[in-house]
Amino acid sequence: MNQLLKKINWMTLLIPLISVILGFLCGAIIMWCTGYDPFLAYGSIIQSIFLQPYYAGETIRAMIPLVLSGLAVAFAFRTGLFNIGVEGQLMAGWLASVACAIGFDGLPKFILLPLSILAGAIAGGIWGFIPGLLKARFKVHEVISTIMMNYISLYTTSYLIKTFLYTQGERTPTIPQSASLASNFLANLTQGSRLHWGFIVAILAVIAMWFILWRTSIGFELRSVGFSQEASRYAGMNVARNIVLSMTISGAFAGLAGAMEGLGTYQYMMINSTFTGIGFNGIAVALLGLNTPIGVVLSGALFAGLQTGGLTMQSVAGVPIELIQVIIALIIFFVGSGYVVQWAWSRFMGRRHKA
Amino acid sequence: MSFFEVLCIIIPSTLLTAAPLIFTSLGGVFTERAGVVNIGLEGLMSVGAFTAAVATLTFERSLGFGAFSPWLAILVAGVAGGLFSLIHAVVSISFRADQTVSGVALNFLAAGLTIFLVKLIYNGGGQTPYIENNIDKVNIPLLAKIPVLGPIFFQQVTYTSYIAILAAFIVWYVLFKTPFGLRLRSVGEHPAAADTLGISVIKMRYIGVFLSGVFGGIGGAVYLVTITSNYNVSTIAGQGFLALAALVFGKWHPFGALGASLFFGFAQSLSITSQQIPLLNQLPSVYLLIAPYVLTLIVLTGFVGKAVAPKADGVPYIKGQR
Repeated sequence: MNQLLKKINWMTLLIPLISVILGFLCGAIIMWCTGYDPFLAYGSIIQSIFLQPYYAGETIRAMIPLVLSGLAVAFAFRTGLFNIGVEGQLMAGWLASVACAIGFDGLPKFILLPLSILAGAIAGGIWGFIPGLLKARFKVHEVISTIMMNYISLYTTSYLIKTFLYTQGERTPTIPQSASLASNFLANLTQGSRLHWGFIVAILAVIAMWFILWRTSIGFELRSVGFSQEASRYAGMNVARNIVLSMTISGAFAGLAGAMEGLGTYQYMMINSTFTGIGFNGIAVALLGLNTPIGVVLSGALFAGLQTGGLTMQSVAGVPIELIQVIIALIIFFVGSGYVVQWAWSRFMGRRHKA
Repeated sequence: MSFFEVLCIIIPSTLLTAAPLIFTSLGGVFTERAGVVNIGLEGLMSVGAFTAAVATLTFERSLGFGAFSPWLAILVAGVAGGLFSLIHAVVSISFRADQTVSGVALNFLAAGLTIFLVKLIYNGGGQTPYIENNIDKVNIPLLAKIPVLGPIFFQQVTYTSYIAILAAFIVWYVLFKTPFGLRLRSVGEHPAAADTLGISVIKMRYIGVFLSGVFGGIGGAVYLVTITSNYNVSTIAGQGFLALAALVFGKWHPFGALGASLFFGFAQSLSITSQQIPLLNQLPSVYLLIAPYVLTLIVLTGFVGKAVAPKADGVPYIKGQR
């Protein structure tokens, strides 16, 4: 029994690792076939994010919303829910945090900054609460309802900015200094990157997810519902309430991701005609991170590094940055097909045993 | 502006915007009726639109097919969409990956790969050149001369819109009146029972997904050759998800999908043309933009007749498992 347990843990760790390697391998094959130099391309990514302070700073900056949206997806996954709506929740949180910061301009920083961050989390939470309620009360599948909520959020936020917060350049005014997460110290440290204090929020969120899910009775119920709704109901848990709660907390994480973009990276919100992509990347981050807090941080770092380094890859090796998206897609396919990876591995190992 | 003139603007515009949605949501009917959720419709449309752009440009420039080029390009795009959808089929049916996960990855892959290839083929530019021969709005001979109905339904329309509507009837016939359709639906409702009767669940599901790719590809291609005329990163921005909404709003039925697509096309064209129409120009266009999504949510809650998905939709079939 003990040995079996060890084997399973080993396998689950192996799948993301193999997937990443296969993803990079396929990326290299694509580059090789289309006449680019894979070594130069990957080399330029590694060189830029590890040796150039600006790109290192930008990588950590990109990690902040990625990790938060990854946490959002992972949190819902633990309750057996697939939150594709991170994108919409993120935009709701982004707008709410910026609006709060501008609306309450004049409050001291130690009140306004936490208040604006909270506003983002609450707005995201509400945007997650609705599909949660629809699922719990009307059995509406959350995949469909969150996709619908994404588009409602996209169009509504644009409309609200145009009507109430519009300024030149198709965006909201810049938020006051007293609500900003930006820091000259961090920017100077990384040669002018947009790195901001939001990374502290992300770290706190990672700890919060771990604490809620594995150290509280609420978290126990949430995970229990994720394992089996029937068993949880039989044990006297309120399944409907747990579904709503899980989606709300998940949405709050996503809202935080939006607040980090609004208060940290950009200091405003632009009128988006399409999605930011952070929310969809969050799905990849959560999957690769096996829906664990630490895993989300690691895979968030990988994807953030790829996206930031992708810019260097484009300029140095001439490879279009879209290749990064292709690699991420392939990694998701491989992680998703874990069953086959596992099967192939066991066949391979089995044969070696016989021989 | 009279009511009649308003109709003459809105209805042709509705037919134009609805056509890609009709094709794509019909594709969705095939895959979901076979029990495979396909969130990747958006990606399939991207592949279709991209292929249509490249194919039309090739046909008109190198081969000199002229006005025939976009029609041929639509067919090529259908094949490309079908082939691309096989990735989803292999991963979600054979490899038993979560179908939603695979669909999300398919969208990623399509968005990345198409722009990557555009840059590769057209020397670094983020978009293809504009095609010269698109499928234009025409007055349909004879029918356009019918009094009243002619100007509303048959003037300034594209043939593709009527082909799309015809396709809905064909899909309905295939699904509900042929043995093939019965098998496809049985696999989506109760795969174990279908398997017992000797129907290959795997094969039927592959066909369902492949057909969704073909239709999705055609949908994307139609969008390109009738509306945008070139492919770039924002060409297909949400059309596929709108088609998915139409599929659900239409309760997984070909005629439902047709009606929902027409209705969503109507809402979309209203949001564009409402500036010209009295009363409606007072209404912020956001209401028309979000209407399809809000209405789909309402339908799903069951207030307006319950929408029920095929029973085994989204569940991988594993032989011998209860």
